[in-house]
Amino acid sequence: MAKIESAFLDLTYLDRLATGDTVIHRLDPRVKVVIAALFVVCVVSFDKYAIAAMLPFAVLLMIIMGLGEIPAGYVITKLVVTSPFAVMVGIFNPLLDQQIVLHLGSWAISGGWVSFLSILLRFGLTVAAMLVLIATTGFNQVCMALERLGIPKIFAVQLLMLYRYIFVLLEEGQRMHRARALRSFQKRGMEMKQYAYLLGQLLLRTIDRGQRIHLAMLCRGFDGTIRIRQNLRITTRDIVVFLAGGMVLIVIRRFNIALLLGNFITDLLQ
Amino acid sequence: MSHHIVEVHELEHTYPDGTAAVRGISFRIHHGEAVAVVGANGAGKSTLLLHLNGYLTPQSGTVRIGDFPLTKETVKDIRRAVGMIFQDPDDQLFMPSVYEDVAFGPLNLGLPPEEVEQRVQQALQRTGVEHLRERPPYKLSGGEKRAVAIATVLAMSPDILVMDEPTSNLDPLSRRTLIELLAGFHHTKIIATHDLDMVIDLCERTIVIHEGTIMADGPTTDIFNDDLLLKKSHLERPLRMQACPFCSRR
Repeated sequence: MAKIESAFLDLTYLDRLATGDTVIHRLDPRVKVVIAALFVVCVVSFDKYAIAAMLPFAVLLMIIMGLGEIPAGYVITKLVVTSPFAVMVGIFNPLLDQQIVLHLGSWAISGGWVSFLSILLRFGLTVAAMLVLIATTGFNQVCMALERLGIPKIFAVQLLMLYRYIFVLLEEGQRMHRARALRSFQKRGMEMKQYAYLLGQLLLRTIDRGQRIHLAMLCRGFDGTIRIRQNLRITTRDIVVFLAGGMVLIVIRRFNIALLLGNFITDLLQ
Repeated sequence: MSHHIVEVHELEHTYPDGTAAVRGISFRIHHGEAVAVVGANGAGKSTLLLHLNGYLTPQSGTVRIGDFPLTKETVKDIRRAVGMIFQDPDDQLFMPSVYEDVAFGPLNLGLPPEEVEQRVQQALQRTGVEHLRERPPYKLSGGEKRAVAIATVLAMSPDILVMDEPTSNLDPLSRRTLIELLAGFHHTKIIATHDLDMVIDLCERTIVIHEGTIMADGPTTDIFNDDLLLKKSHLERPLRMQACPFCSRR
């Protein structure tokens, strides 16, 4: 139960973060969306054993989080909560790929472990980037930006509606869950089978609500297109940030900064 | 449209599962009248309301709104003329912000941006919620949601307002505010409700529906004084018309 409720609070918290007013918040959503997408593409396009080369991206993300005043604790909790998915994806790598690629002192590390770690790092970077994007922009603005960037309107509207009604749906689910929990004693009444009934019921209610919403739309002259008000405006500052950000991303993707820095320091020491 | 008349003649509706929800209802509501539609749960009130904005088209009988009979061709004009306020404001407020929700209808009418802006402003002013303009609907209180829902309808400048349980789930003060707001409207009003005390405040005429037919249609005061009729149609006198439980005991 606590889980559903905290998920609910979480969304509101994300919304509250988005109302902030920092350098990052003030950027045009389109710039942020494109930069975030570029960031994700850069990170996932690395070689499967890459780890050190990705670290500059982590540093970059931390700088953005600092500028946007996004609490690190929040992002880390989110990452931990969602990490099982990434762990599931990578968990077999150490078993399948046992070739030794690295020796740390007397400790031999197989390629599988390296790629597993690489997967976790990629996951952390991409998910954190998306969280930071939404926390500094707001979900609705992200949708508007996507629409302006040319994704089909129907997807943008779907996303907007999803976000509008996820609160209603969660509340409805919460009420049903509570009603059941209050009439279940010990473990009885909490089995998997009951969950199936609950979900079925929720689906039916959702369909009903969907019908009512559609009716409400028809009543106000809905003709198949939803007109979204757009008030995005690109300034010179946005363009500068976009070019600079894009350049930084490409440079740290192209050159292994961690390696260069390491070589540089060893050279200095010698 | 010169006369905002609502005329229903011998209306019948049977749902696909065989439930005869409306079985021959006729009435005529004149320009500027406020009429309450009351009756037990499942008496057919909602089905009747769904006909008034063209969501359902008559299976038999006719519905006339103003100068138009309700048919598939006129449904658009009818929806512009009839503003429907739903029981659950969450169904009615589907856009990401209050502003966009209120602008939804006017934009669909194809009005120019300045006109849309003006209508939104007026509607929000009329319902006293201008300060909520940029807020997302899911963060509003019940009373605020209701006021915004009414604003979304007013922005279409309808001639007739149809409301389904407008006072449900409101705290007493919000309910009072809403009643005063509605009392200030000069539209033709049709209100389906169980809140009979509100009916006393707002509607001079009441239609009692029972099992899909009209049980009584007349001045509100006459109907609420007819105890036999009220009992038969699962109703009772509004609380204000009942004896005081404390002073009348002895």
